[in-house]
Amino acid sequence: MIASEQLLEINLGPQHPSTHGVFRMVATLDGETIVKLKPVFGYLHRNHEQIAEQITYIASFPFTDRLDYFNAMSNNFGLALAIERLAGIPVSERGEALRVIMAELTRLVNHSAVTGFLLNDMGAFGTPLLYAFRERERILDLFESASGSRMMCNYVRPGGVREDVPDGWLEEAKRIVDAFPSFLDQFEELLTDNEIILQRTKNVGVLPKELAVSAGVTGPMLRASGVAYDIRKVDGYSIYPRLSFKVPVGTAGDVYDRYYVRILEMRESVKLLQQLLAGVPGGPAISPKGQALVKAPRTFKPPKGDAYGRIEAPKGELGFFLVSDGKAQPYRYHVRAPSFINLTVLEDMCLGQKVADVIIILGSIDIVLGEVDR
Amino acid sequence: MSAPAPEELKAFLEQQLPGVTLSQDALALAVLPRDLADVCRVLKDTERFRFDYLSNLTAVDYPPDSIVVVYHLYSMHHRHGPLALKVTLPRSAPAVASVTPIWRAAEFQEREVYDLYGVTFEGHPDLRRILMWDGFDGHPMRKDYVPEDQNA
Repeated sequence: MIASEQLLEINLGPQHPSTHGVFRMVATLDGETIVKLKPVFGYLHRNHEQIAEQITYIASFPFTDRLDYFNAMSNNFGLALAIERLAGIPVSERGEALRVIMAELTRLVNHSAVTGFLLNDMGAFGTPLLYAFRERERILDLFESASGSRMMCNYVRPGGVREDVPDGWLEEAKRIVDAFPSFLDQFEELLTDNEIILQRTKNVGVLPKELAVSAGVTGPMLRASGVAYDIRKVDGYSIYPRLSFKVPVGTAGDVYDRYYVRILEMRESVKLLQQLLAGVPGGPAISPKGQALVKAPRTFKPPKGDAYGRIEAPKGELGFFLVSDGKAQPYRYHVRAPSFINLTVLEDMCLGQKVADVIIILGSIDIVLGEVDR
Repeated sequence: MSAPAPEELKAFLEQQLPGVTLSQDALALAVLPRDLADVCRVLKDTERFRFDYLSNLTAVDYPPDSIVVVYHLYSMHHRHGPLALKVTLPRSAPAVASVTPIWRAAEFQEREVYDLYGVTFEGHPDLRRILMWDGFDGHPMRKDYVPEDQNA
């Protein structure tokens, strides 16, 4: 047999630093070129959905923290939205503002971390990641002082948020948000026109627009492929219709565009946060109906029916599908996890690319295995 | 463009696809298993609706008789939705046409429903377990599933 016709099958992962968790890719190589690639996952599967069907609606909130553990706040938000839709719970004005602030801070946390990790995957070990983590840490301090926990926040509730923020929190948040663009400038100066990054990411892992739509890809990945679909704009949930922000889109749909769309989204989030922090309305942080639900979760029995609630989480569309049969526990509880569905196109993006590129293509999807495996 | 009402969709589909039986339950359309592929194709290809985005696909178990597969469709082009489709299948041998050829988004989600509920999607290119391991016996999201370490 001629050597060039020999195909080699290799396993990347499940224990491998580039896979961002316990994730395996079975790659078939012709030389260094990928001819087939099958993702294998489920190592972290704990049947979150089945657990949720045995406990009250409120008791699921701490579990959602552990789905996408970078973005606990927006996971809470998604579930709260679905429960509100199922049972018709109004949200207090202050609660609404606070949770949108948390959701946008989460976006800053997620995007700065994923950008840092992407550079790690390219071989820039440590330094850019630590720049990103330094900023992330400041925001996690904010989360800790509001919710008691850096990452497992368990903070948003149907009707508002669990507790009001402490005194001085909003001023501190404003200070951190106002300082954030200078970090972005610094980060971009290092990265955006960096020749090594351009070489490694331009025209790598291209995802065509049509495939992205058909495969249900959402979030920054979809927008990098040139589709301006942002659920904050399309559904206009919460108080987003009252705020002004742009939806950045890419053109080429390659790894570079995914990187740059995330940078631009962070700038938009900063604008959103500045608008929000300029005037947080007073009043209770949770509506009376929401408060009653939180105080007595076992008496909360939504009417029979189903509801699908979705939000624009940092990774894409995070949806919760709930079916109630009139009991205190959901009859059906389903999580539509963005990074699980975004993985559908992994093989399409990797075919014909080199092994080293697979690592950064996977990194640019931005997966978290807690959410993929559920 | 405003989202088409389920009444409008029902009337349109029945006119386009003679012989299709649909019933309407609040905001969802109930579709018979044999009609599913045709209905989905029309919903995706008709310019007025253009449901080009399958957002969510999952199942609900109603023992002892049925499993309902639920589809949530949106249109990225027209920015409307959701439209929910519900297909009721017999619990003893649940099988329905795969929509993966219509929307790639169904590929992993149908595998998940196959894995956790035991629904067979006919025509799926690669129907394997996705979250549980290959040698696993049973379908853990079914209501009558007993976890093996109950008394551990």
